Amino acid sequence: MGKKEILVLEEILGSNKKVASEIRKKLEEKGILTINLLSSPGSGKTTLLERIAERLNQKYKMAVIEGDIETERDAERIRAKGVPAWQIITGGACHLEAKMVAKIFSKIPPDINFLFIENVGNLVCPASYDLGENLRCVLLSTPEGDDKSKKYPKAFITSDCLIITKADLLPFLSFSIARAKKEALEINPRLKIFVTSALSGEGVDELLDFFLSSLQKMRSHA
Amino acid sequence: MNSWIFSSPPSKKCAAMHELSIVASLFEILEDKAKEQKAKKIILVKLKVGKLSGLVSDCLQTAFDAYKKETLAEDSKLEIEDIPVKVRCQKCQAEIVIDDFILACPKCGSEELRILEGTELLLEKIEMEI
Repeated sequence: MGKKEILVLEEILGSNKKVASEIRKKLEEKGILTINLLSSPGSGKTTLLERIAERLNQKYKMAVIEGDIETERDAERIRAKGVPAWQIITGGACHLEAKMVAKIFSKIPPDINFLFIENVGNLVCPASYDLGENLRCVLLSTPEGDDKSKKYPKAFITSDCLIITKADLLPFLSFSIARAKKEALEINPRLKIFVTSALSGEGVDELLDFFLSSLQKMRSHA
Repeated sequence: MNSWIFSSPPSKKCAAMHELSIVASLFEILEDKAKEQKAKKIILVKLKVGKLSGLVSDCLQTAFDAYKKETLAEDSKLEIEDIPVKVRCQKCQAEIVIDDFILACPKCGSEELRILEGTELLLEKIEMEI
């Protein structure tokens, strides 16, 4: 019997990253742009996806993977818009992992342009898990307050895009768009920021333009 | 802090808390390495955890202690080295260790900072009894 010390130097989430890289590569080969949506519960991820579905329907095709701890509700809402959607019920886990997305992979129609992954509502854990996305978007709804980016920094640091939602409520709240933008840019200067309202439709077209230009960029690099 | 973890022991299959799900991934690697080395038990596990990793050392420790029961690592110790955030200014090449978030290089004012260290979550080494 003896002691042995072994040097490992392995990333603890290395296996997740590996699966995520494979997903990204396969989806890019099909010309599909994948977008991972992160936010706290109730910030309007599903409602935003409904608005996107209504606007994209004419020219582009999308599909949605929904992550929730329980229920098929979100997937049903998306399907009602004529968009293919699959629900991942995590049964307790507070985030999606790449291997959960990999299980759905064979169901994704090859002719879509956008795959949206709506993560479990949580600003902490999902930030640590690459799902194979090309773009990560964090949503911040106005009732949550303009100070959240520095309180939950990882979600904002690892995102490409910040979508402020429920802008129609601004007249009733002390939320300052300028302060929210400033704080978020201080921790992540490369964030693209969109101010949206799913109710009035404000900002949704600008966001879609960004997704479309990201899709074109990805295809021109392929 | 995390008092629920004491009142209801977490199931190993369900990662209900962030640090616990990380520890579950850590144990996948530990089990592989222990099998490779035909280890009788694991004595020490050493991690490097960056300040920007989004993980809290105390919570990792609690999750590790809850998870290790009835595994080869039952009597093991977890050591965590906290790694501060280090950035390099892309303009003046200054390397700075920071405590808080900063917008610009304190030396030249450039906003082009690249993170060198502080986001890692590494299993550095394992000590085993073979």
